[in-house]
Amino acid sequence: MATVAAGAARGRRLRYVTERRGFLASFLISPAVLFIGLLVGGPLVLAIYLSFTHATAGSLSGKSAGFSNFTNLIHNTLFRQAVWNTFIFTVISQLVVLLVAGVLAHALVRSFRGRWGFRFLVLLPWAAPVALTTTGFLWFFDPLASIFNWFLIHLGIVSEATKPNWIGTHTDAMASIITVHAWRIIPFATVIFLAGISSIPAEVDDAAAIDGATGLRKFWYVSLPLQLPIAIVAVLFGIVFTATDMAVVYILTNGNAGTDVLTTFAFKTGIESGSTGEGAAVTLFMLPVLAVVAIGMLFFAKRAEVT
Amino acid sequence: MSRHLRSSLFSYGIVVPLTIVLAFPFFWMAVTSFKRQDQIFDPKRTWSFDPTFDGWKFLFQQTKYLTWIGNTALVGGIVVAITLVLAVPAGYALARLAGRVGQSMGVAIFLTYLVPPTLLFLPLSRVITKLGLQDSLWSLVVVYPSFTVPFSIWLLMGFFKSIPVELEDAARIDGCSRLQALLRVVFPISLPGVLTVVIFTFSLVVNEYIYAITFISSSAHRTVSAGVPTDLIRGDLFNWPSIMAAILIPSIPLALVYNAFLNRFIAGFTGGAFR
Repeated sequence: MATVAAGAARGRRLRYVTERRGFLASFLISPAVLFIGLLVGGPLVLAIYLSFTHATAGSLSGKSAGFSNFTNLIHNTLFRQAVWNTFIFTVISQLVVLLVAGVLAHALVRSFRGRWGFRFLVLLPWAAPVALTTTGFLWFFDPLASIFNWFLIHLGIVSEATKPNWIGTHTDAMASIITVHAWRIIPFATVIFLAGISSIPAEVDDAAAIDGATGLRKFWYVSLPLQLPIAIVAVLFGIVFTATDMAVVYILTNGNAGTDVLTTFAFKTGIESGSTGEGAAVTLFMLPVLAVVAIGMLFFAKRAEVT
Repeated sequence: MSRHLRSSLFSYGIVVPLTIVLAFPFFWMAVTSFKRQDQIFDPKRTWSFDPTFDGWKFLFQQTKYLTWIGNTALVGGIVVAITLVLAVPAGYALARLAGRVGQSMGVAIFLTYLVPPTLLFLPLSRVITKLGLQDSLWSLVVVYPSFTVPFSIWLLMGFFKSIPVELEDAARIDGCSRLQALLRVVFPISLPGVLTVVIFTFSLVVNEYIYAITFISSSAHRTVSAGVPTDLIRGDLFNWPSIMAAILIPSIPLALVYNAFLNRFIAGFTGGAFR
């Protein structure tokens, strides 16, 4: 009898506790927060710690290195090229994305026959796993059987002797990597732009028409300012996806022909050569980019209201 | 010319060429996958070739492709379960119970989604070694939720905010406790949101590359994204037709589900939860 009563009391108490907003909230949130803290926060702190040590493969600590990992890197010309490449790949590919996705979204927003099918085809490059599609490009860029060269030769743009060596020479390889990045981000940016355009209420269009705004003027003064915040959010995501990606460069060129980026440089230093400390220092150079993107995201996402 | 027709022509004029450019690589993958290995480098056989299933057969009979698919499905399934257990309650609580604090916490969780695997793989590879999980699929099961959970919480926060709070109020007036209202009223109507999380979590797992090549060293334990570029490419002879088939098999279904769940996915990226 006593245990039953105690059990009922405990049940009541439990019920009372779960009725309190604050308790229930922390009860539901804390497992996720703990997990994220452990698996994102922990390694992030560890990366910062490791970058100040001479840690090598297999150990979680090492002799203190002070700032030497960082100063060595800054004086390493290969590292400087990796920083520059990361910058170039990100900026140029995102400019291409902005242009193509902007035009494509404005065309796709109109209703026409077969829109679903087109949307499916447009989405393919984004939905397919990046490591796999990049492997596909390795075949399209094949020095002997490149299908792109077949088109270029048959269109008379290049000859058999002057055809590009897509992943062999520095300039061509840089262009190839930018192409693959732009190709896979365009669908993502297009669908987000599309959401931005369709979220503009019809009343705005009507009001602009009544006030006599048409064509380019309407686009410049009415549509563009309304679409801009969401377009910027899409581009900020694109920057993160490009600057922090390793698969494209690692699979396409493995950093050969002077195409290393921060991520491949870190992988080669930290995993393949086993210099964990120095590799960790390389990855930290991504933090400024991420910080800028995060601030931009917080600033613009509130303005980009899409339903 | 009517206005409508002109508008359609404008759309086709832009959409058709750009779509061809974007989708062409997949068309060429499909073509290559049906070529004979001894004809793929023949310039006279670029378009006229003898179609064959040899590449597809080779993929399933001579490589570990099916094992990789199985590994991916296994890891994906467990990661989806972990993600749901952690993200559904958290997403609900952040949207409904935690008020302004919840709003800022939600934003903080969203920001952790921006921290890329390429920044964490070095320290994590050491941790995985210390845990004795190197070359085990469990290393991926442990680490993958670190990016699926933040993204899912973010998606679900927006979703729960779109459910009218009056539904729960009504349930509580009828005598439900908060927990009962959650289990009996909110979760059942959240199924579309939960399904979205299942699909995108799974696709993030299929996509992941850097952890998969860092933690896993033996061919039998690879996932699709790591196995195809690593073990199918490093062979003496690149069997390009099979590699093309290996790329198409996961890509097409993923694109189909993306298309079906596109609107929810967009809301997840564009701050459906900022309101």
